[in-house]
Amino acid sequence: MDARTEEFLAYVQDGGQAESTDWLPDEYRQKLVKFIEMHGNSELMGVLPEREWILRAPTLQRKLALTAKVQDEVGHAQLIYRVAEDLGKPRDQMLADLISGKAKFHNVFHYPTKTWGDVGVIAWLVDAAAIISQKALLKCSYAPYARIMKKICWEESFHILHGRDVILALVTGTDMQRELVQEALDRWWGPLMQFHGNPIPREEDPMYIWRIKSQGNEEARQQFLEGYVPQIRELGLTVPDPNLRRGDDGVWTYSEPDWDELRSVVTGHGPRSQERLAFRARFLEQEKWVRDTLLAA
Amino acid sequence: MSARAQRLLELADDELILGWRDSEWTGIAPTLEEDVAFSSIAQNEIGHARALYELAATELGTDADALAFDRQPDEYRCAQLVELRLMDWAHTIARRYLYEEADRVRLEALKAGDDAELAGLAAKIDREETYHRLHAEMWAGRLRDEPRFRSAIEELWPYALAVVDEGQRAELARRTGLSVDSTQTVQRGQHTPELAELWNEMTEVRRSAPGATW
Amino acid sequence: MVFEVFRQEKKGQPFTHAGSVVAPDAAFADAWAREQYGRRGESEALWLVPRDAVHQVTEWADEFDLKYRRVDGYSIKERLRIARERAGTTPA
Repeated sequence: MDARTEEFLAYVQDGGQAESTDWLPDEYRQKLVKFIEMHGNSELMGVLPEREWILRAPTLQRKLALTAKVQDEVGHAQLIYRVAEDLGKPRDQMLADLISGKAKFHNVFHYPTKTWGDVGVIAWLVDAAAIISQKALLKCSYAPYARIMKKICWEESFHILHGRDVILALVTGTDMQRELVQEALDRWWGPLMQFHGNPIPREEDPMYIWRIKSQGNEEARQQFLEGYVPQIRELGLTVPDPNLRRGDDGVWTYSEPDWDELRSVVTGHGPRSQERLAFRARFLEQEKWVRDTLLAA
Repeated sequence: MSARAQRLLELADDELILGWRDSEWTGIAPTLEEDVAFSSIAQNEIGHARALYELAATELGTDADALAFDRQPDEYRCAQLVELRLMDWAHTIARRYLYEEADRVRLEALKAGDDAELAGLAAKIDREETYHRLHAEMWAGRLRDEPRFRSAIEELWPYALAVVDEGQRAELARRTGLSVDSTQTVQRGQHTPELAELWNEMTEVRRSAPGATW
Repeated sequence: MVFEVFRQEKKGQPFTHAGSVVAPDAAFADAWAREQYGRRGESEALWLVPRDAVHQVTEWADEFDLKYRRVDGYSIKERLRIARERAGTTPA
């Protein structure tokens, strides 16, 4: 590592932040773009499982709320991609890399949604898992990214409340409605436990070393369990992991998540990975003429 | 059902079904910035529908959700223009543009009408529609020379005429610069098979537990 | 074109940089920025500025002592103590 890079590393490890016009080490810039790109891709792909339910929302209020939530996710993708664009990667290149599989998106968005129960579980628990990671990004060493996280976290807090409201309506409803929630939870628990990534010690995690992330993967997962298992259980729902336990030291232990599944899913072999990418590719291709028209004088 | 309730349902059904169609673009609009803006338009339309249903609901002794979702497809009073599934941008913008022009003519008449409550709501809706109109005009200006846009306008024009009452069609034609050839107009009251398909999907969850709270 | 978006949260407050939108012209930037930064009624006003029109200043000459222009360039404690002694007064 050359002296200038070492100096930069020490600077960010000491809490320093960089702007888009600052000199950035190549390694830092590359890792940053990859991380940010995956985040933007995830917001954009996360829209697809949820948008089907906008069309099926059972009340006007739920339709409005869900449309607004999904709109926020698209808005987040815009905010995030803009940061990566200003780091030098054009938007159409990022979209092309997403479609081709060269760039990745988070595991949870590779799975199907089956019922209105999924709508609640996603908005409440998947967004909760995401907001924990996103809060940790508020201190990102790259300032433009840290700044957009403020708006993102603010909007995600509505999503969680909306999700919880959907869940509460179901668990206080008919037996069938209640069962929708438990069944959805049973399916989503595995991906949720994989969401924060394998428990690589943060000192070995390049994202932490460069202070792009300010917490390690396991820290994030522990925060999620600490915050949300009690909330799940107080509704009389069962977390489908018989080994889930909170120790006297406050540390949660649990069945080992299926890291093979995570790896397979994130590399495009999830149950809905290819179908969703194809859907997105279809519309990108179909409406290319519109973007070309906008670019013309 | 009174003429007033029927009129309210016409307006509300147009906004609901068009809002439903417009919300189909969430996540897949041509650019991310447009995606966000377009979604607001769809939400506004649902909001208008809700307000209109609420007015009708007091008279009909029911609630807005029941009116929005619990009728049979043939009981809806929407114009065919809003029922059409138009998942390409040229048609979508053509519909937005034509619908906004038709809605403006219609809202102006309501604002000037004797029904104070409806006039008040029409004024509120109209103020929000200002932004929809700006959006539609902005896009129509950009796509003006695109053959696929022009042919979409021609194709949808007969449907657009049916959004307004017969007596308002000359005014609509004047504003859009298109001809008022009513022989081609698709009348309100009949529905395309697309409405039933839309209705099936729209009411799927709700029908799974009739009377339940969601 | 990239348009920088400055946002005023409440009347009387400064406009602060909120982000940017990519748009072909000012009309599209208006239509798009108002939704991205105001759909919840969270903004009193927005300024939209083409990025090219923003000129950044980041370098300053830092050669000579400029403390005389600042509060930390003045230390009156000691002289005030002497003046009070002479006048036989106590602190106000």
